Amino acid sequence: MREVVAEFERPVLLFSGGKDSIVMLRLAEKAFWPARLPFPVMHVDTGHNFPEVLEFRDRRVAELDAQLVVASVQQSIDSGRVAEDPGPNPSRNRLQTRTLLDAITEHRFDAVFGGARRDEEKARAKERVYSFRDEFGQWDPKNQRPELWGLYNGRHRSGEHIRVFPLSDWTEFDIWQYIAQENIEVPSIYFSHRRSVLRRDGMLLGLNQFVTAAADEEPFETNVRYRTVGDMTCTGAVESMAVTVEEIIAETAVSRLTERGATRADDRLSEASMEDRKREGYF
Amino acid sequence: MELLRFATAGSVDDGKSTLIGRLLYDSKSIFEDQLEAVERLSRQRGDEYTDLALLTDGLRAEREQGITIDVAYRYFATPLRKFIIADTPGHTQYTRNMVTGNSTADLTLVLVDARKGIVEQTRRHAFLASLLRVPHLLVCVNKMDLVDYDEAVFSRIREEFKAFATRLEVTDLAFIPISALHGDNVVQRSLNMSWYEGPSLLHHLEQVYIASDRNLIDPRLPVQWVVRPTASTVPDFRGYAGRVTGGVFRPGDEVMVLPSGLTTTIAAIDTFDGPVEEAFAPMSVMVRLAEDLDVSRGDLICRPHNRPTVGQDIDAMLCWMADRPLAEGDVVALKHTTRWVRAQVRHLHYSLDVNTLHRDDSATALGLNDVGRVNLRVTQPLFYDSYRRNRFTGSFVLAAEDTNATVGAGMILGAD
Repeated sequence: MREVVAEFERPVLLFSGGKDSIVMLRLAEKAFWPARLPFPVMHVDTGHNFPEVLEFRDRRVAELDAQLVVASVQQSIDSGRVAEDPGPNPSRNRLQTRTLLDAITEHRFDAVFGGARRDEEKARAKERVYSFRDEFGQWDPKNQRPELWGLYNGRHRSGEHIRVFPLSDWTEFDIWQYIAQENIEVPSIYFSHRRSVLRRDGMLLGLNQFVTAAADEEPFETNVRYRTVGDMTCTGAVESMAVTVEEIIAETAVSRLTERGATRADDRLSEASMEDRKREGYF
Repeated sequence: MELLRFATAGSVDDGKSTLIGRLLYDSKSIFEDQLEAVERLSRQRGDEYTDLALLTDGLRAEREQGITIDVAYRYFATPLRKFIIADTPGHTQYTRNMVTGNSTADLTLVLVDARKGIVEQTRRHAFLASLLRVPHLLVCVNKMDLVDYDEAVFSRIREEFKAFATRLEVTDLAFIPISALHGDNVVQRSLNMSWYEGPSLLHHLEQVYIASDRNLIDPRLPVQWVVRPTASTVPDFRGYAGRVTGGVFRPGDEVMVLPSGLTTTIAAIDTFDGPVEEAFAPMSVMVRLAEDLDVSRGDLICRPHNRPTVGQDIDAMLCWMADRPLAEGDVVALKHTTRWVRAQVRHLHYSLDVNTLHRDDSATALGLNDVGRVNLRVTQPLFYDSYRRNRFTGSFVLAAEDTNATVGAGMILGAD
């Protein structure tokens, strides 16, 4: 993080309120302490957020006295930059890409910190720590800069930017261990709670104004927690009784499903859906 | 928990991806949804058995062509250690990936097909591991099932490899006969090779001793960022942050700052969680100095009696990674620790054929994936050690000044 701040003009840190970006924020806090964060944090807001996460976001940003930039997918839709998918309960996951790229252009950000990890997904296993994006924000997996010894090449032309993934080598297990070790607060939806859910495509989706039951779907109430925090329309919950970080770690250690396979409908579209979205400029 | 980074290298069809799939699968690091996806794909393609290689080949082009294109990183853990695998493709045109994977590796795993024995690529992989000074080299003779688990085949390959390795600088060399497809000697000792008395591959990876591979002798702290809060709560605070790349620093130590050569002592080593009593590689820390010296990014903090070489003429082994050849007189950007300088190629001593180790003294340019010894003149002095002594103050990368692409990697040669 220090390296990026030293070599770039306008870095920004993506902050969704999810556990990975919470860890990122803590690392940034430590890297620049006792100074304030030398960059703003940005939330790409799908408009389909968990309210618990929004509340958490605002509180954390206020604690750090950081500058928050909100890039709104709703605004991208209203201004005609993107069109919402037809059908019931559409996901805005893919639409975020346009909003993100527009915000990067508008604010002239040249380095964007993200919390993505290589263990999340096959296409991400080939990702660099400094991931170069052309002027269209696109990722070209066959033409990446080699990274040796931790010597990072951030040279770029105006209009191009890099995505920076400091957590590349962390696993989901590492994230929870760090959260436990540092005693970091996370939004309440990561812990077990009662929620009305329905089973769709093998996933548990919480009921809310964006997710409503179809005629053949039977909602029920159970104890769940979330393993990832995303758009409410496509982020599934897992049945769990874990109410502390330690209990989550114990569950993670024996889990037989990846967090994305278990809970993300957006990654299930096809074998290469993450690769395709990444090429277009997704996180 | 201790972390072991290892790079794998193998030729096409050596079964490298299968081996990694097997390691992940047998150490229970593969998740059910990943396995299901692989089984589904294997069935679609009409494979006879589940192709564990599909676990690692993540890009569409890789699955279509059945090859690995780019370095892929994989993660798994056992109760004893965490592991990061840099899975590097074996084809000729991808040598740069192997150099990249090896640059941070504690161990290189070279795969040899028992039926084919040592081939050109085996030699290249071993040479590149030794060039990058990976401390531990492990040769796995794979597909033992296809040679009836014959001890004589394994011994012959081992002896041939040892004879070749005497021409390299390899400090720790080990051999294991395996079958990645069937799992022999991967996690469990094989019942098919009772003549082999050594550890299984996973056992070896868990036990190989790496704690002494770090440089704890030569204190080096390249300054990455000067922390200077503008808050009234911490007036006049000035911390020098960076990653320790060698040796140990403690509060009270007398230190010298390069390039100024001024000396002072360390007042404190501060962190968000409070002061610490010592800092060593590879910790990222922030030091405060007793006196207010002019220190900026790119400077280096060391000890007055243990200093790196300061100079503008650099003798180095270079791996060239661009299509456009590098010739004498060319100018490129060079990044060493935390500073960028410009560098001109003054002299190309020779190029080295990475397959035969043959030196070509008449070479006038380095082509894609060539390795050669060069003399560089840089625009400002660098503070460096030989790569042999320190992997971090002894290495650099090159970037093209027009495209900004990373085009080369260098290892500095020195007197020691």
